[in-house]
Amino acid sequence: MTDTVKDVVSLMSDEPPIARPKIQVVPLKGLPISAAAVVFVTLAIAGNWQWALVFCHVAGGGLWTGIDLFVGLVLGPILGHLSIPARAEFAAKFMPKMVIIMPTVVMMTLATGFQIARKMGNLYANSPNHPWLIASFCVVGVMAVIALGILEPANIAVLFEMNKPVPNGELIGRLMKRFIYTAGITGLMQIATLIIMTRVATQ
Amino acid sequence: MSVDRMPPVPSSSERSYPPIGWLSTGALAMVIVGGILMASYAPRKAPLAVATALLVVGALLLLTAGVLLVSLKDFSRTTFLKVFKWAIFADLVTAALIEFAFVRDHTNGASLLIVTFMLAVFTLSVPTTIAFTVARYAED
Repeated sequence: MTDTVKDVVSLMSDEPPIARPKIQVVPLKGLPISAAAVVFVTLAIAGNWQWALVFCHVAGGGLWTGIDLFVGLVLGPILGHLSIPARAEFAAKFMPKMVIIMPTVVMMTLATGFQIARKMGNLYANSPNHPWLIASFCVVGVMAVIALGILEPANIAVLFEMNKPVPNGELIGRLMKRFIYTAGITGLMQIATLIIMTRVATQ
Repeated sequence: MSVDRMPPVPSSSERSYPPIGWLSTGALAMVIVGGILMASYAPRKAPLAVATALLVVGALLLLTAGVLLVSLKDFSRTTFLKVFKWAIFADLVTAALIEFAFVRDHTNGASLLIVTFMLAVFTLSVPTTIAFTVARYAED
């Protein structure tokens, strides 16, 4: 606890920086799990393995939607009301995990989702699900641009800033604000995904 | 000019840069729209002229970002390359998986070529945006 307080104070004061542990931007321990997911998805697609395709799509999609909703609509507003040092302290523990988790669950969901849609004939223009799938592609497309073009760069920039001997609290605050807003937008867009996917499953 | 008269060097967070991040994000948006177009027509043939136009605009935006990046002064290329290396590794895996899925689904000919080039733009644009956003605030 004392260490945490010292770390927070060091972000705000003009005093000489206190030695803080370096943040590992990409947690290497998580890479084998991510690699295993890539191999599993590849095998599922190569073998047209129905159960594995559905498992990856449902598990990945459930996690993706759940995490986006929770981060965007629950954690985001809480973070927005915290002080910059508190936000930075949280980000140091939270964001490296997101660097590994989010691309993995998104890859699992999208790669297998397209295969399932193709196998079930939902991609054909005469399928009643076709318009819903196009809507889903558009929602995912907007989320991808926001996540890959704005949210993830801000996330990684915060981690690099925090690894500097004297982090710029104002810059961290600015980048975190970008993270909070974009996470909120993707969270709201996941509600559209829930509506679309439940429509597709029940038509 | 004596040292005490020299203008203060702005810190990394105060320096202004050309909109390289927005250009590479624009390139990403173009190939994503193109990808949606190709996927929405599968397994039929998508209108390749529209997809090609989107690919060309995306490639031009990325090229502009690259040219601006090379001409930058007061920019931490070391940090840029360090981040770019890791990000391109991750995006190559994603792009390879998408390419594999398209090949597995018997996409071929001009459609496969366009998808491959779109994936190339994707693989370069995301690391460019991430690495530029990080490096613009680096002090070295």
